[in-house]
Amino acid sequence: MDTARLERRSECEWWIAPTGKMRVPAVIYATESLIADMDEKVREQITNVATLPGIVKAAYCMPDAHWGYGFPIGGVAAFDPAEGGIISAGGVGFDVSCGVRTLHTGLKVSEVEAAKEQLADALFRTVPAGLGSRGKIHLDNEAMRAMLQGGARWAVDQGYGHDDDLAFVEEGGCMAGAEPSEVSDQALKRQQDEMGTLGSGNHYLEVQRIAEILDEETAGAFRLTREEVVVSIHCGSRGLGHQIGTEYLRKMAITAASHGIELPDRELACAPIVSDVGRSYLGAMRAAINCALANRQIITHLVREAFAGVFPGCELPLIYDVSHNTCKVERHAIDGDGETRELYVHRKGATRAFGPGHDELPTAYQKTGQPVIIGGTMGTASHVLVGTGESETLSFSSSCHGAGRSMSRHEALKHWQGRSLVDSLASQGILIRTRSYRGVAEEAPGAYKDVDAVAEAAHASGLSRRVARLTPLICVKG
Amino acid sequence: MDNPKPNWEHFPHGADIGVRGADASLAGAFEQAALALTAIVVDPSSLDVKEGVEIACEAPDQELLLVDWLNALIYEMATRQLVFGRFQVQIEATQMHATAWGQPMDDRLELTVEPKGATYTALSVEQQADGRWVAQCVVDV
Repeated sequence: MDTARLERRSECEWWIAPTGKMRVPAVIYATESLIADMDEKVREQITNVATLPGIVKAAYCMPDAHWGYGFPIGGVAAFDPAEGGIISAGGVGFDVSCGVRTLHTGLKVSEVEAAKEQLADALFRTVPAGLGSRGKIHLDNEAMRAMLQGGARWAVDQGYGHDDDLAFVEEGGCMAGAEPSEVSDQALKRQQDEMGTLGSGNHYLEVQRIAEILDEETAGAFRLTREEVVVSIHCGSRGLGHQIGTEYLRKMAITAASHGIELPDRELACAPIVSDVGRSYLGAMRAAINCALANRQIITHLVREAFAGVFPGCELPLIYDVSHNTCKVERHAIDGDGETRELYVHRKGATRAFGPGHDELPTAYQKTGQPVIIGGTMGTASHVLVGTGESETLSFSSSCHGAGRSMSRHEALKHWQGRSLVDSLASQGILIRTRSYRGVAEEAPGAYKDVDAVAEAAHASGLSRRVARLTPLICVKG
Repeated sequence: MDNPKPNWEHFPHGADIGVRGADASLAGAFEQAALALTAIVVDPSSLDVKEGVEIACEAPDQELLLVDWLNALIYEMATRQLVFGRFQVQIEATQMHATAWGQPMDDRLELTVEPKGATYTALSVEQQADGRWVAQCVVDV
């Protein structure tokens, strides 16, 4: 992206003033170097988002922003229903509530190193991963609707995990306001054998070394100790979320004009929050959030089973579970007068990052703010950051979600070969388990931005603050 | 019956994959776009397709019809656990009927990545000056 077309407000804050049909400015948080690597399409997409009805304050891009569909990935926008605000299926994405949860193992790196091959094989055997893999759980429509209402709480009630886990999941593990009746039979059918599966693409299950601690006090609250091992799970709402995204993108594209919404591009398909389509999507999307929370909870149970087979007695308590493709109703202060307004905050490839004292946070994180988990690639670091009070003003309490691609899958296949990548990573001490070498090549670490630079930009811009840096030991690729 | 000579390609997109099919007929361009969709998952020429699935779509315009067609294939792929390698499409105005022939997914196939849904990004269905039809969009993976 051409920085000459942006107004630099500070080291990591770049503005695009409203022009044409833009209702608000667009703001990009990134270093000059990250901006230079961003596609011009990011600029086009975020300025289009700024034209949507009822948008409040600004349309935001996180430091890992890249070209998506409709909204850029790494995009944040909030809409006020009282001002004709909209809800957008493209602003959430097909993989509703895709997210990351991180578990603490309590094991030293040296203990895991001693049984690394055995652990990698156990995880690969126990957690279904990749296209075509199915879980052992088959849900009929009645059970599915209970799952869509209950989320991770439903999963715990079925014996997958513990009550103690739920406090460390956003929404306490159960998204209120889900309407399973708004979920189509097709979406239910697509999900019936997919509970407890990772999926494919950029989804993964990773065993990680806590390589560096940057904030000792917060790391202590998060139970992160250098040279210990954590496990991170990255996946979402699987076929159910994909089908809901597909169906509502179509409904919104077809009905937008009847709601008086002039779309700059069909990919921005949306509906007024206060409309039949808007309400229906909200209920279905919240059900999909519960599906993702239940899915990650079941996978957590499977991970614990795999660990127990290698390290008897290992418990793996949950550190936190974040979702990064959502639209949530939150209260935010807009005008500087201390008054808050109820807004529909879209985060597409962006993580909620509430700061200290927020009443949504568990007691254990009240003093620190919430953990913000930023996934890397199979060959690079991941990061744990913490939400700041400052991000409330900067970005409706949002931060980045991952490294963000810098190269298309198409291009990556020209540069890398899966088998040799797996061998190369093994020589660096990183074990990969996969059902697809081509998938590994498409997900090559070199096809992503520098995740350390992304985390540093999030820190420098105040969106969240760095706490710990994690490096991969084992990666089961979806 | 084989599909005509492959005339599809993938085009780059930041996070996902663009699929493009071209042919002398609109129906042929839809068939080629479907092959491009399959090629996200597996090499279509490697498939031994036997099982036929009937698909019907209707949309307000040809662009939405393309997205509906690709999404119907994604749905059938996910729920029947088939990968499709041959297509026969008939289009009348904004309605289409098609048969897609597929092979069951099993461990003998190296399946790369799951298409989540066809999007409206870079979506176009156009007849070019030389009479050829080109149908394309970005697929979320």
